[in-house]
Amino acid sequence: MVKNLQKVFFPGTENEKHILKNVSLKVYDGDFISVIGNNGAGKSTLLNTIAGTLSADAGKIVLDNHNMVKRPVSYRARWMSRVFQDPKMGTAGDLSVAENLVLAQDHTNTFSLRRFRRVDRWNRYQELLKTLNMGLENRLETQVKYLSGGQRQALSLLMATLSKPKLLLLDEHTAALDPKTSRDVMDITREIVTHEGLTTMMITHKMSDALKYGNRLIMVQDGQIKLDVRGEEKQNLKSEDLVKLFQD
Amino acid sequence: MLISSLGQGLLWAPLVIGVFITFRILDIPDLTTEGSFPFGAAVTISLMLQGHSTFIATLAGFVAGCLAGMITGILDTKLRIPSLLAGILTMTGLYSVNMHIMGKSNIPLLDQKVLTNYLPDSINPDVQTIIVGLIIVSIVVFLLYSLFKTRLGLSLMATGNNKAMSAANGIKTDGMIIFGYMISNGLIALSGSLIAQSNGYADIGMGIGTIVIGLASVLVGEIFLRGRKVMVRLMAMVVGAIIYRLLLTIAMGLGFPPDDLKILSAIILVIVICVPIIQNRINTKRQLKQYLAQLSEGEDYEQRNEVGNTSGQEFAKGILSRDGE
Repeated sequence: MVKNLQKVFFPGTENEKHILKNVSLKVYDGDFISVIGNNGAGKSTLLNTIAGTLSADAGKIVLDNHNMVKRPVSYRARWMSRVFQDPKMGTAGDLSVAENLVLAQDHTNTFSLRRFRRVDRWNRYQELLKTLNMGLENRLETQVKYLSGGQRQALSLLMATLSKPKLLLLDEHTAALDPKTSRDVMDITREIVTHEGLTTMMITHKMSDALKYGNRLIMVQDGQIKLDVRGEEKQNLKSEDLVKLFQD
Repeated sequence: MLISSLGQGLLWAPLVIGVFITFRILDIPDLTTEGSFPFGAAVTISLMLQGHSTFIATLAGFVAGCLAGMITGILDTKLRIPSLLAGILTMTGLYSVNMHIMGKSNIPLLDQKVLTNYLPDSINPDVQTIIVGLIIVSIVVFLLYSLFKTRLGLSLMATGNNKAMSAANGIKTDGMIIFGYMISNGLIALSGSLIAQSNGYADIGMGIGTIVIGLASVLVGEIFLRGRKVMVRLMAMVVGAIIYRLLLTIAMGLGFPPDDLKILSAIILVIVICVPIIQNRINTKRQLKQYLAQLSEGEDYEQRNEVGNTSGQEFAKGILSRDGE
């Protein structure tokens, strides 16, 4: 749940920009929300503020009865995980596929002195990678930087969902991919999200994706939530309606 | 000559491994080196002069380096000072600290026992150095190897590689960076402590140029021993330290005066940075030429054997297997 969130960039200068204007949003368990909006409308700022990369200037972010508005990204990682727009951002390129998965698996033991290489884990990763259908199951020891953008993004997605987060944030995660790969990754996304029953917020620039996926749609404009539809109302929404709203 | 460079190289190896941790794992060129190296030396020698045991004094040198690293780490992460500047600040501050510890700019050991004196006297001093160096380097390499096999080590590597992603996966990146600075500078100070014992004195100026020596050794090591495995990379650092000492010994043998060693170090660093880049470029060009030549050859081949072509497939296979290499 997000309450009265405010974000002002460069306060007190002539470049002052009030990006989030008192945004409140209640996310229900199991929601799959598509977030759309113009460039500069504040949707990325909203996501970054929830994730903790940007700090909110006022307001509350409550998840699982924890107010995490003042908490750093690493603390929030126990509840939420995120897939970045840039495939390079979500994975550590010099580490192998398996090592990346280890990083995603236990968030709480990052200082642990136990060996991270364990046979049972490796077998489980192989099973999971098989479900992606990208031929990654035989490349556990490959450094991630040698994978294609689509493979990297699919891996990021798997990593983000490995710890079964309370909230999954997708930041235009298919924008850097070609149309076919983008569709594949979206299909994987839908499969994982429905299979695990994850609460998800997805920013997208593609109106068709916003309409096709998810049970709820939010339109952000000028730092405020302009449209918030769910369920049947969203099913009946047409792209023409959205275009009209965009032009207003 | 070879034997003495081997021994000296082993004493310098902890420094090279320390520089490797900040430079390669955390991706930071850490100038604290220039301060923590004499810091380790100063602490060790003054403790020995005060009558403490050599082992404790050496260990204290290591711990002192860790503290220096912690300060740079805090400046870098918590106060958000750019890492290069953070290192310079600690290094500058350490100059005064070292002067206070030593009381004057050079303190010689009197008749205190250094680590090599714990070995039987019948052994040649150069061999003694090698034995002590080997024991210490083995311990350091073993501990670091074990570290990088743990979750903690993995978190450290991930932080250096992709900070945003590491934070998003729950790693406290600031803590990891400080931790990295600490072990790195601890090892560098340990090297300072060993070199001071081997020289028989600690000197305020002994840190000058150590970062260049460290970086050059890291790169030399990587030229000679390539690999992605942690053990190989650590061994490469030891090899780099030894070869670097050998290069300097050869230069001295050619008649360069000791004052010129610093500029030689700098020149060696420039060379080892440039050589792999040029090598790579030439290599890529040659491979490309080969590949293109093969392509056009293949076309001729196909035209010549349009009827009853049997070996065309073999050729295609050849290209594929090259790709696989």
